[in-house]
Amino acid sequence: MKKFFIIGISLFCSNILLSQENPFETRKDTTLLQETIVIAQRKLSNYRQEKTLSSIDAYLEKANKVTMIKRGNYAWEPSLNNMTSDRLNVTIDGMQIFGACTDKMDPITSYVDVSNLEQASINSGQEGTENGHCVGGGIDLQIAPSKFYNTGLKTNIDLGYETNGNYKIAGLDVEYSGNKFYLNTDAIFRKSDNYDAGNKEEILYSQFQKYNISLQGGYNLANNHILEANVIYDKATDVGYPALPMDVSLAEALITSVTHRYKNNSTTIKSLESKLYFNTITHIMDDSKRPDVPIRMDMPGWSDTYGFYSKSTLKEKKHHLLINLNGFYNRSLAEMTMFPNDPNQPDMFMYTWPDIRTLYTGLYINDNIVLNSKESISTTLRLGFHQNEIAKKEGVESLQIFRPDVSDSKNRFLLSFSGEYKLKKNEFDAVLGIGYGERAPSVSEGYGFFLFNSFDNYDYIGNPNLKNEKALECNAKVNFKFDALKLGITSSFFHISNYIIGEIDPNANSMTIGANGVRLYEALEHASIFDVYLNTGYNISKKVSFNSSIGYNYGMGSNKENLPLIRPLSYLAEINYNTQKFNAALQLEGNGNQSEYSSFYGEDETSAYTILNLNLGNIIHFKNNKLVFKYGIENILDANYSTYADWNNISRQGRNFYLNASYILF
Amino acid sequence: MKLKYIIPILIISLSTIGCSTDDNDTPIVDEIQNLVKIQEIKNSDHTIELYNKTGKFTTGYNNVTIRIKDNTNDSYFENLSISWMPVMKMPAMQHSCPKSAITKITDKKTLYEGSVIYQMTNTNGSGWSLTFEYTIDNEDYTATDTISVIQSEKQNVASFMGSDNKKYIVALIEPKAPIIGINDLIIGLYKMENMMSFPVVQDYRIMLDPRMPGMGNHSSPNNTDLSYDTTDNIYHGDLSLTMTGYWVLNLKLMDSDDSLLKGEDVTESNERSSLYLELEF
Repeated sequence: MKKFFIIGISLFCSNILLSQENPFETRKDTTLLQETIVIAQRKLSNYRQEKTLSSIDAYLEKANKVTMIKRGNYAWEPSLNNMTSDRLNVTIDGMQIFGACTDKMDPITSYVDVSNLEQASINSGQEGTENGHCVGGGIDLQIAPSKFYNTGLKTNIDLGYETNGNYKIAGLDVEYSGNKFYLNTDAIFRKSDNYDAGNKEEILYSQFQKYNISLQGGYNLANNHILEANVIYDKATDVGYPALPMDVSLAEALITSVTHRYKNNSTTIKSLESKLYFNTITHIMDDSKRPDVPIRMDMPGWSDTYGFYSKSTLKEKKHHLLINLNGFYNRSLAEMTMFPNDPNQPDMFMYTWPDIRTLYTGLYINDNIVLNSKESISTTLRLGFHQNEIAKKEGVESLQIFRPDVSDSKNRFLLSFSGEYKLKKNEFDAVLGIGYGERAPSVSEGYGFFLFNSFDNYDYIGNPNLKNEKALECNAKVNFKFDALKLGITSSFFHISNYIIGEIDPNANSMTIGANGVRLYEALEHASIFDVYLNTGYNISKKVSFNSSIGYNYGMGSNKENLPLIRPLSYLAEINYNTQKFNAALQLEGNGNQSEYSSFYGEDETSAYTILNLNLGNIIHFKNNKLVFKYGIENILDANYSTYADWNNISRQGRNFYLNASYILF
Repeated sequence: MKLKYIIPILIISLSTIGCSTDDNDTPIVDEIQNLVKIQEIKNSDHTIELYNKTGKFTTGYNNVTIRIKDNTNDSYFENLSISWMPVMKMPAMQHSCPKSAITKITDKKTLYEGSVIYQMTNTNGSGWSLTFEYTIDNEDYTATDTISVIQSEKQNVASFMGSDNKKYIVALIEPKAPIIGINDLIIGLYKMENMMSFPVVQDYRIMLDPRMPGMGNHSSPNNTDLSYDTTDNIYHGDLSLTMTGYWVLNLKLMDSDDSLLKGEDVTESNERSSLYLELEF
């Protein structure tokens, strides 16, 4: 078992040795198909404009297929193709990192900030398997690579303020960049009070406060060899979750890595990149600020991950190969202590994640074959060995209450592959893809013990013997171009067998006071998820353009019940004015009525909404310095609304005036 | 790979075997290892030594290890037959309690064991006495003394009148060290035939519903009702405990014709059965 890991490590080492041979330069291959969101902290973008200093979550939300599930104003959970964390592979620069909260209050996107990242690469379905197995897709939050710009010292100051919630942001970024050496350090601080929904309705427990500091340095060892180190420390305190019965007093992450990069243009191996990493997360839930709870409890959780990857790009005639060998070892532990109202009774204690160890080693190969100047084919393959172990005897014994056949360890082999055909002409381009993927159950799905889900009001129990979830997928993307008009359709269809979901156990009594009952993680025979988006763009003039997007999503289980958290009809229309130094956009955004909600899985109908936003941006150049301004009004009409993705129908922000300013000193 | 485990195991096992041969020189000390003396009961010839894990008698089920010393030469008898009679003296009357026979522990030379279930005690621990009658080499002896029985914090024994107008006693025997998980639940059920006789009740059924009053009085899944086991003459069932803390084991006693003798269902309005035992860990 551990053999796989050892083989992985030794291959990883041999890669480094191999890489020390050829000293030449090369540039990155950018033919991979993906949706990339540039985390442009200090630039103006002219499509679906963002607040430059908004959270990573807000940036991700701009992607076509991504919605963010909100339990409050902080730490939103990404959903891609209508699938959430368990079905996605979310990584930070290729590093596996797992939240430490049993109730998904800390998606890993909350442990990095805009100051850490350069871009987020969003890959739908089996295109997202470069870093791990997934069904819905992969999101990789990428740290800016080597910064050997020889620009000397550069300082940025970022300040932001938003009226709604009295939200303050301050950031500082200092960078020294030479030819042989660079060092970059940044810090960002965010603090918000409770926000107001439309009509001045204060949302209690929606406050948050966090800071994030990071340090990145690189050294040019030889002509083509670079050694880099990166440390990110992120700490959020006093985070309210209005949709949940508990808040968070601490969410803390330390994310560290050492990377070796090698590039050579003249050999078959174009580049090699190897990383060793470690990250640790502590997450402490807290109900001390809630005046009225049926019982006080403490719910801390910890997640530590050690891992490596080594990837190389090769080019041989028509083949562009990307090979990625990776592995990780994760330890997830969470516990719950309840304090009875009767002081004579002892505290009640249980492990909600009974110290689950996950060991994974896998190999990914992507071959991009250029057939001719217009056509190409891309194939991917990922093979992996996945092992779960319950380290605490109490964990095995607890789970045996529900399933007597539970043993302390479970091994799985996972397989994913996909193929894609790409055609590109002047006025027309198309992508057709098919894929097959498998994933192992997440720690909660496999080993969770009485995890309360406030969405459907049930306690959830994991099932270590769940079969791998398997997805058959096809997707298509077509774009037409007629002069100033662009029309595009993208669509994906997933047929998922052994679809993991909680089923009610009529014999079990809920542990959580007031819960409806207990659901055991089981598998539906199959489920289908479909989405289609129609995007249009029209350039009215050089400066004025119009964009719109309409999306339709569908999800149904083999039990003929709608799946939960499927996005209803959504639309977005935007008119842009754009010059070098100024831009403006008026945005209309909304959802249709959620008619196909899943009452069976605890959802209720969410009604339609429309909101209007206005965004403006300026760049002002001084002699050596630059000032970037972003300002505007969100939800101009102060609508009080919630979307299908808002946990327990918590209303979203009402009218909000914001101003983000970045000052760049060269 | 495996050799590195085998070698230390070999070394450890060899050394422990080596040690145990030394122990054979002082077998008497070894036999009461891990046990604490509760009390001695003497007559002019012998001393009866009573042991258990805690060194105390408490209300509920008590397992007792017994040996008898010859006062003349401080040696312990290996061939005895013993019986006992616990008695509670009350102002108006006196009564006994459920107890097992005393038998020799099979792999010990001088140790005997039995169990006794004290269903009550006075607040200061007084009231109970123990009388032993035993035979050594066809000669009968007796010894008696008062003992101290401490009230247990939790209700681990209950005596009650059934709907058949007979008095019963239930006592929690296992689990002594509960786990989060499925525990083997063992309960003793006795009928009060008269003040001095409490025989085991056979072939009844005890229905089980464990609850946590500290947390919404929730239950746990996959418990099984207790049924009578003819091999050890007690009642066995499965008890699921999903977390540590204070648990109430709500019981309902059904006779062999399946009619209810005592206890009620736990409902929204009825938080606890009138027949219950308590457990805390």
